[in-house]
Amino acid sequence: MTTPQPILRVEGIHKTLGDQLVLNDVSLTVNRGEVKILIGPSGSGKSTLLQCLNFLHHPDQGRIWLDGREFKATSRRELCAFRQQVGMIFQDFNLFDHLTALGNVQIALIKVKGMAKAKATHRAKEELARVGLADKMDLYPAQLSGGQKQRVSMARALAMDPKVLLLDEPTSALDPELIGEVLAVIRFLASAGMTMIMATHQIAFSATMAHEFLFMEKGRIVERGSPVHLLAPGATSRTMAFCAKINELSGDLGMAERRCASSSSALADKPQGGHGTT
Amino acid sequence: MNDYWHFFLNDVFPALNQGLWISIAVIVPSALLGLALGVLVGSLRVYAPAPVRLLNEVYVSLFRGTPLVVQLFFWYFALPHLQIGDLRIVLSPMSAAILGFTLCSGAYHSEYIRGALLSIRHGQIKAAQALGMSKTQTVLWVVLPQAMRRALPGCGNEIIYLIKYSSLASIITLNELTGIGRTIAKQTWRNIEVFVALGLYYLLLVTLATLLLQYIERRLALPGFSHARR
Repeated sequence: MTTPQPILRVEGIHKTLGDQLVLNDVSLTVNRGEVKILIGPSGSGKSTLLQCLNFLHHPDQGRIWLDGREFKATSRRELCAFRQQVGMIFQDFNLFDHLTALGNVQIALIKVKGMAKAKATHRAKEELARVGLADKMDLYPAQLSGGQKQRVSMARALAMDPKVLLLDEPTSALDPELIGEVLAVIRFLASAGMTMIMATHQIAFSATMAHEFLFMEKGRIVERGSPVHLLAPGATSRTMAFCAKINELSGDLGMAERRCASSSSALADKPQGGHGTT
Repeated sequence: MNDYWHFFLNDVFPALNQGLWISIAVIVPSALLGLALGVLVGSLRVYAPAPVRLLNEVYVSLFRGTPLVVQLFFWYFALPHLQIGDLRIVLSPMSAAILGFTLCSGAYHSEYIRGALLSIRHGQIKAAQALGMSKTQTVLWVVLPQAMRRALPGCGNEIIYLIKYSSLASIITLNELTGIGRTIAKQTWRNIEVFVALGLYYLLLVTLATLLLQYIERRLALPGFSHARR
């Protein structure tokens, strides 16, 4: 990948919810194959930003380009076409409760893409196998664990062949022992060159594959840079301070800085701009 | 004793059986059309733009707020007097009954459907939209299949109720079960026997409907949707 190819670019996004300015002049660009990580305290606007990127929230102001074309939400048809190209993973999975794992992956292929049922079934099975759930496709959401549900929701999004995948704290609703299986899928996607923007608190994990960290606070991106840079030993970045605080809260008092530092030193041999998985 | 049997076998049963078919001919279309109308109205009351929603609210308050007898009288006796241009609608007792029951039960069904629609987690609607589904597709393929399962016990209740209020059709001269029962009773003066038999006919209908509804509920049951055990 020699010249960066912008897939999704937003400029000057503003969003007010109620009487609160949730997003204040946010701009970012994601190039093909890049992984961008949104971090920051809760209420900083990460989730709203992601939902603005596929118009689940309509931004009050700002411009959005997808794959070089500016998108204006003028008609519903265009809006639906746009959303098909921007996959979304939610914190609480949001699987369709009345459909099996297979049905969940299949339904948009059939109803939105107009795919024939046999073809959609084939594709859905492929996607489920890719996230390691080939043997679970006839189970309903109520019969799946949290980690399995999240993997189904990833298969569902990926089946639509999105140009970019938005992940809104994909592991935050999971029990600790289930986080790993979801992270493994995300890591696999990153290594396969999937373009992703992910809001997460899994800083050590995301540092191993992120091209850029975007630190949000009060509706703004207040800091951005490569994890190597922001989490370098002795760095005084906001990201570092936040990371230390998270680790502190999870009980590693004193260990915090070393933790952050070690996760970033693991990156030392990671080629910039590539998407290896260390 | 022999006299009783004679009376039932020769007078009561044959006449009531005839009425039974007419009752069924009123109940089945009213139940199906009423449910369809209820689903439509219930969905519009939740998802349609404000003016359409208001229109549906007016419909529901009108048909829930007036006695069914008055509604039937209106369709059968009053409607023929309304003339718009050259158009004058005169309904047969059967059509007037089906129309009245459909509109009335549709209003009640819509309330059960509305409640069920509101109980579906909003996240699923977001997920459907994120996949590129239109609003109509989302309601049709994601929300309604779940809402219908939740509304089924309530809607079933309304259908059971419809079976019994179908007896009101007799007062707009339809010779269904109750109408025929009243005629035999008047002719023979054997009120006890006739009305007990009539009651049993309705009990039979309701029991059959209950079994059918239970069967449907079981067929549609999915993991995570059980109402009984939780």
